Formats: sequence, structure tokens, C-alpha cells
Amino acid sequence: MSSRAESNDDKTERVEMTITEKILAKHSGRASVNPGDNVWIDVDVLMTHDVCGPGTFGIFKREFGPTAKVWDKDKLVVIPDHYIFTKDMHANRNIQILRDFAKEQDLPHYFDVGTPRYKGVCHVAMPEEGFTRPGEVLFGTDSHTCTAGAFGEFATGIGNTDAAFVLGTGKLWVKVPETMKFIFDGEMPKYLMAKDLILAAIGKIGVDGATYRAMDFSGTAVDSMTMEDRMTLCNMVIEAGGKNGICTPDKTTTDYVRARTNKEFECFYNDDDAKYHSTHHFNVKEIEPTVAKPHSPDNKAVVSEVAGTRLDRAYIGSCTGGKISDFIAAAEVMYGETVKIDTFIVPATTEVANQIKSIKVKDKTVMQIFEEAGCRIGDSSCAACLGGPSDTFGRLNGAEVCISSTNRNFPGRMGSKKSQVYLASPYTVAASAVKGVITNPREFFN
Amino acid sequence: MKAIIKGKAFVLGNDIDTDQIIPAEHLVYKLDDVDEKKNYGRYAFSGVPIEQSGLPHGNVPFVKEETWQSEFTIVIGGKNFGCGSSREHAPFALQVAGIEAVIAESYARIFYRNSIDGAFIAPFETTNHLSQEVRTGDDLELNTTNGILKNLTQKKEYQLSSLGDIEHILHGGGIFEYARKSGMLKQ
Repeated sequence: MSSRAESNDDKTERVEMTITEKILAKHSGRASVNPGDNVWIDVDVLMTHDVCGPGTFGIFKREFGPTAKVWDKDKLVVIPDHYIFTKDMHANRNIQILRDFAKEQDLPHYFDVGTPRYKGVCHVAMPEEGFTRPGEVLFGTDSHTCTAGAFGEFATGIGNTDAAFVLGTGKLWVKVPETMKFIFDGEMPKYLMAKDLILAAIGKIGVDGATYRAMDFSGTAVDSMTMEDRMTLCNMVIEAGGKNGICTPDKTTTDYVRARTNKEFECFYNDDDAKYHSTHHFNVKEIEPTVAKPHSPDNKAVVSEVAGTRLDRAYIGSCTGGKISDFIAAAEVMYGETVKIDTFIVPATTEVANQIKSIKVKDKTVMQIFEEAGCRIGDSSCAACLGGPSDTFGRLNGAEVCISSTNRNFPGRMGSKKSQVYLASPYTVAASAVKGVITNPREFFN
Repeated sequence: MKAIIKGKAFVLGNDIDTDQIIPAEHLVYKLDDVDEKKNYGRYAFSGVPIEQSGLPHGNVPFVKEETWQSEFTIVIGGKNFGCGSSREHAPFALQVAGIEAVIAESYARIFYRNSIDGAFIAPFETTNHLSQEVRTGDDLELNTTNGILKNLTQKKEYQLSSLGDIEHILHGGGIFEYARKSGMLKQ
């Protein structure tokens, strides 16, 4: 199983490397790589979904022929999750295209809508099903594929053409990224979440501050995080333009992964003298609950600066803010309270949806707390995080002001171009839902 | 990629994300159906707030109503063009609408990569703040071989950054053609 991997192939010229560089070296069959190198790498897992799968399969057939078979069906994961609970004819046709392809190719890892196998949001489903493993290369036709870097693997988003190339060959070219180091030290204050940390980091470096680069997260605060919290950090590296996020694998990682797969994996670690593009230190005790104001994830403000802002809606869901830990956090704040604005709850996956019915905060299940608070609870999918068809649950169809635990607040991202979205942690979203205006969750922890 | 790309400029600002290039609700149409794919041209840049659409004055629709092709040929952007999602529909939509090149100060990497590997549009980089100099509707002429951009309306000339490593992928017609020519894939 996992072992400390060192590049001992050439003892005379040992190159000190980062985790990302070591993974790309191994997968390109080289002893070492340097940032800027273009290398062809072997792919361990390719993931696609209902928005990009049909286009990917179309290009695959155009290029490799109508009867071509995928390079390795055990390495392909197909998860419909974007436009699921809609009457939109084209969206439903896309799911049928996935279904037909899975049948034709006899795919073992297809999670069909309307069956007990249906999962929901791919980036949360992938770890749950054991497809995210340290040391591997994961490509997905979705920019938030970077979420899986939390497991100490190289994971990044690609387009349909690149995905079709992988489907036929199992390979893809990548440029080795430089790594930026983000060190979060200190004990996390009770009112703070991983979301606040990553919003603070993006606010510091900007939406293009990590373009083409890897973002490496470490420090005592990250060491003590659950896998879900680390996923929140890595999920949003793309919001700084990052190619991939990466966390050093540890016992938390291997315990999580081994509980979900028997597949072997190899853990890689940053060498002591590995070179970084830059290093950014944060003391988490100095970080306040943070939001991104409309219309950009780097439009940072601490909650106290925008407290009292009038809201029409609160939304808790998505790959970054719809995991079970996100709902437990929201339930801690909402316990015994009533929401003052429309509040939408969308468990990322069916597993999360089941967990909120069984996991308790004090004497009530998370589900009970939400129901008694007056929240509306939707079916597992990406839902309104990216707007979607007009009948999507929670979609912003007008000039609403929304506070959301999702990851993007570009103009029109959650539906109407007239809407405004504030991004925040589940604590801050829940506190704001209860008060009806943007509210510092610290008020609930005194 | 043509040696000379000639046509009218459509100018946008910084951080044009993929939701502005092609809003998510439109990602449902077939990409390989001759008629259905026209929808990607029809809705290209429909997510850009109208006051920022076609700078410096804004309020210029990229595609006129009831049509699916734009009168513009070259997009001028600022920093971080194409940030956001991995949707290949974004460079594809611009191609369907008739865009042949984008010239921006910098790109988000997935959009950049998709543009090249699918050979949808030529993504040139510039060190000039062209989005503040070029005006929507200016007549431009781009020499894709030497990277010289002429603004025929303003009688100005700019040297764009070299395409570098990606030039042979774009000239080859995308990653598949490139891989066949280089022997990675069988002919």
C-alpha cells in the first residue's frame, strides 16, 4: 500500500520536488520534472458528467471510429449531476446519451439517474466511491475536478477534446506547474471554516493569482482538518486560476481512502528543499469570517464589513459547500431558529442526503433542524450553483440578493444577470438566513 | 488557423468568465448537429452585462437578435480571459459565432487549452492594454505568423506575444492532428 516515495533513480543528481512534480514525474516515466516541462502523462481516472460527457463521447467516436472502445473502462467514471431534475428536453437527452454510451461500452462506473446508484455532485461522489486516491492522476471534464487534490493526487479540469483524447489513449500532455505554498497555522476558531480560509487566500492573490500553478495547502490548521475541509480548500483553487490544489496525504487521508477502496496507492510528499513559486503564511486565528461580494470570488470582505446587507435568499449546496460537514455546521447555527428568508438546502449527493436524516446535532437530526427552521430541501445535484435550466431548484430568476455556500458569483452564475451573490461559509450562510441580513456567525458562538 | 485574420473588433474587459461567454443554461445543445449547434453562436457572450458588452461604450449586442453569427471577427479582452468552468462550449461558441482569434492580456488556463486542443480560435497574448485602446467596430488585421496586429481604423500597429509551443498544435488543427503527425496516434 502507501509508502514514502523518493526519486532515487539518479542518486548523483537528485532533484528536490513538490508533490505535484513527483506525481507528474512518475506518470510521465521520468526520474524528475521541472516546472514548465511539457510531458505526456498516463491517466489513472477520467471523470465526466451530463454537461460534457455527450460532447466528449461525440469527439471520441469522430476521432477513433464509431465502434471504438474506451482505453480502460475501469478507469472511466461517468456521473450525471448537473441538470437532473428538470423538464428541459435537451438536458434529459444528454443523460440518455450517457446511459446509451455506458451500455454500449459496458461501463462499470456509471451512476444512473432514477436508480439506487444515482449519486449527485461528482466531486463529492468521487471520494465517497473511492475514486480519489493519493499519488494518482485524475482528469475530469469539470473545472472543480481540482477538489480531489485534497487526497494528495494531481487532479484538474479539462475540456471535451482533451477528455476524448484520454478516452482513446489513456494519455494527455500537461505543462508541469510551479507550486505556490499556502501555510495555515494555528487552531481553527470555532466560528471559522475552511471556506473562510480559501476565500481569504483568493482575496489576497486575486482570481488570476495562481494561473497555471499548483496551490499546496499545509500548516497545523490543515493537518487537523477533515478530508471534507481539505476538499473545500482544493475545490476553489480554480477560482484563483490554479491548475490543481494539493494537500499532503496523512493518516486522515489514508483512513478515508482505505475505508472506500481496496485499490493500492502511493503517497508522495514535498521534499524539504523543493522549490516554490511563492509562500503565503496565514495565522488562522487572525482570519475573520469572510465573504466574496458580487460579482467575483476575489471581491473579498470580512463579514463585519458587510453585516446588515439585505438578503432575499440563502443557499447551501454544491461541491464546495454541500458536504455533510457543511450541513452539520449550518444545523448548529439553525438549531431552534427560524429562517427569515427563502433558504434552499441541496445535499451534494444521495449519501449526504441520507446522512442529514440520521446525523444529529444535540437531540435532533440535521434534517429536522432544517425543516423546523423552514428551509426548503432539494434533491442531490448541482442544482442552482450554476443556474441551469429555468426550472432548476433554487435558481435565481430575477434581481434577488443571495448568500451562498457555493464557489462562484460571476454575473448570472446562479441564473439571472440581475441577481447578486455573496459567497460565504455554511456558518455565515446559516447565520444570515436566520437574521435575514448578512450576519457574522460569531454571534452564534458566544 | 488562417495566416491573415481580418475583421471587426469586439472589445471586452477583464475576467470574462465562461458563464458570460456561454451561460450554463445553454450547455444542453448538441455540439455536432449542424442546426442545433447554431444556438451556441446565438447565445455567445449573452451572459455579459450589456453595459460592458462592446467597449468602450458598451450596449453593443455581440450577435444581433434572430441571428447566430456575429459581425465581429476578433475579440479583444483584458486579463484572465475565459476564467471559470472547463466548458469547451465556450471557445466553441465563439467559433460558431464567427470569431477567429481572441487577443487578451492573459488567459485562464482551461479556456486557453481548450481553444488550442480543439483548434477553435487562436488565443493570442499581448502586453499592451489593447482593451483600452481598441474600440469595438475597429477594423483589424492580424498576421498569425509573425503576430503583428494592425488597427486599420486607428492606423496603429502592435507586436503580439509569440504563440510559442502551441503554435504547431493550432496550425496542425488541434491535438488529434498534432498527435497523428507526431506519431503518437496512428494515421
